[in-house]
Amino acid sequence: MSETPVLRVADITKTYHVNSSVLARLSRGDGRKSSLSALDGVDLQLNKGEILALVGESGSGKSTLAKILVGSTTPTSGEVDYHGAPMPLHRDKDASRRIQMVFQDPYSSLNPRISVGSMLKELLLLHKIVPRSEVRAESVRLLNLVGLEEDALQAYPSQFSGGQRQRIAIARALAVRPDILIADEPVSALDVSVQATILELFASLQRELGLSILFVAHNLAVVQHLSQRVAVMYLGRIVEVAETAELFRNPRHPYTRALIDSIPRMSAESINEEFVLEGEPPSPFDIPPGCRFNPRCPYASDACRTTDPALATVAPQHESACIRASELDVLAITLTQRTAGESAA
Amino acid sequence: METPLLSVKSLTIGIRRSKSADTIIVDDLSFDIQRGERFGIVGESGSGKSLTLRAIADLLPKGVEVLSGSIRYNGAELIGMPTVQRRRLMGPEIAMIFQEPMTALNPVIRVGDQIAEGPRRYLGLSKKAAMALAIEMMAKTGIPDPARRARAYPHELSGGLRQRIMIAMALSCGPKLLLCDEPTTALDVTVQHQVLKVLEKLCDDSGAALAFVTHDLAVVNQTCTDLAVMYAGHIIESGKVKSVFHDPRHPYTKGLLDSAPDFDQPERDLVPIPGFPPNLAARTSGCPFAPRCVFAVEACTVAMPPTMEVAPGHNAACIESQHIFEGVTV
Repeated sequence: MSETPVLRVADITKTYHVNSSVLARLSRGDGRKSSLSALDGVDLQLNKGEILALVGESGSGKSTLAKILVGSTTPTSGEVDYHGAPMPLHRDKDASRRIQMVFQDPYSSLNPRISVGSMLKELLLLHKIVPRSEVRAESVRLLNLVGLEEDALQAYPSQFSGGQRQRIAIARALAVRPDILIADEPVSALDVSVQATILELFASLQRELGLSILFVAHNLAVVQHLSQRVAVMYLGRIVEVAETAELFRNPRHPYTRALIDSIPRMSAESINEEFVLEGEPPSPFDIPPGCRFNPRCPYASDACRTTDPALATVAPQHESACIRASELDVLAITLTQRTAGESAA
Repeated sequence: METPLLSVKSLTIGIRRSKSADTIIVDDLSFDIQRGERFGIVGESGSGKSLTLRAIADLLPKGVEVLSGSIRYNGAELIGMPTVQRRRLMGPEIAMIFQEPMTALNPVIRVGDQIAEGPRRYLGLSKKAAMALAIEMMAKTGIPDPARRARAYPHELSGGLRQRIMIAMALSCGPKLLLCDEPTTALDVTVQHQVLKVLEKLCDDSGAALAFVTHDLAVVNQTCTDLAVMYAGHIIESGKVKSVFHDPRHPYTKGLLDSAPDFDQPERDLVPIPGFPPNLAARTSGCPFAPRCVFAVEACTVAMPPTMEVAPGHNAACIESQHIFEGVTV
């Protein structure tokens, strides 16, 4: 793609140092601090006007990446480019305005003691979005944009349901006219019927305001529905990126396959009975050598235990970090046959 | 006909008020669970699904009580049974698994000891035998290296392992009925898949029946054979999972299915249900779903529609069901 992405991160790492307990240090016999590698060389770009989904298990680093993008956490190393220019490490008011965030839990992300009107007013005045005389009109416009009425201005967050609170949180993010929205699991705390309305709201914001949205999620059915591209994270790395339909039709990383196979299905015919991904994600304190997925991977070879694969293009607009990406289809068939043979025997 | 393992009849749960009318949360609920059956209860927050489960386990929050109705376990009435006697059923007969394994486990007791507590008390096992059983149960739930993990404290284990500990604990005394309150909601999708598989297998092996409360339709589809859909404290539709999913006969069930993203049908548009769930403190007469229902007619607001059999073993509480779903199959 020739157009400059609105947001690009290059080789981002984030390491946390953890003071180990006295006992652990004594038993190990040294005074070293242990370190946790939350992100380890992440490259990702968000194109203009797209919804990019970021999926992965807990501990994969999706939320850390979201925080780095929004500027609330600084990366240990690496660069964040905004419209092709590097974003300063410590953002000023204007830089932080451009990228806004919607959080997972609308019950804890809104201040219970500030009314919706004063919350929006504070933002609009601080960032000088509109003159004081137009604050009210602008607040009403924002509320209408997210599907709420003018009477919400006087109300406090406790007077709203979960879905309505999430709308308020979105209105707050939009108040400063950002061009990028980072949404960290914005629908996972909501009921199914409410979830549908919020997803529709995100789709309409993308359509009508041309917003670029990074949508962090763990529900793949939601992701498939909403996003144009998907990036799959595992233990602080991006292991596969592709356009949504392509990724789900033709996954080229064993981890993505496992994720897809684990999705609970609505129709009885497509319930997957055979393949269950063994084990749980390893601890980010102790990342396995070679490919980080190899201890759980059904296709791991000796080479996988020594080579740490980088993201490589496997098809147009499709990257995967697996050295056996091209053989996966054949391997999957042999695996199925073998398990079928075992259960028959 | 054989007595059902659990029979709930006209169960009404609410908050008793001295000065005004009682607040009714679960209203006139009836369902049966047969031996070895996997029964799903689906509904959104506030539909009363968790309270129903808690009423069976005698774990209702303070202030909320069973106002009327009956819960029979194996023919014996649980409502009004002396607490001591009822508590004795919990563990060897009925066990429960909670949503958040971190808050359900005691943080200062090793998990092995927590699992062994039930068998020691109810099966009369020695300390050593109970611990051996605990380790065996942990192995059955797929915990690697169970003997070492038995000495761990809950905070040292991941969410998936903790939920397996909960399952091991619940099944350690060989209950006939396992109550699950959103057991996999807090887990990752790959781990959820593993935990559900373990749960299904262990229930099959021991012949325990499952009462499974969740808001996730897809999980019910995978795990349960029968289901009841709850809305505002009523069961508005019930039947075989297959039958209800393929041919819903209540507008709310249809709405739920239409609003949930289906991985197998990415092109389908999500249709949200308009409006909000009703305020339980201000119940009106008539069908509780009527204000949000696009098919509602005048008669819907007059009285709560009776539950009618729309197909063999498939019930729905909607007076318009025949008209709405005439010839419609999903």
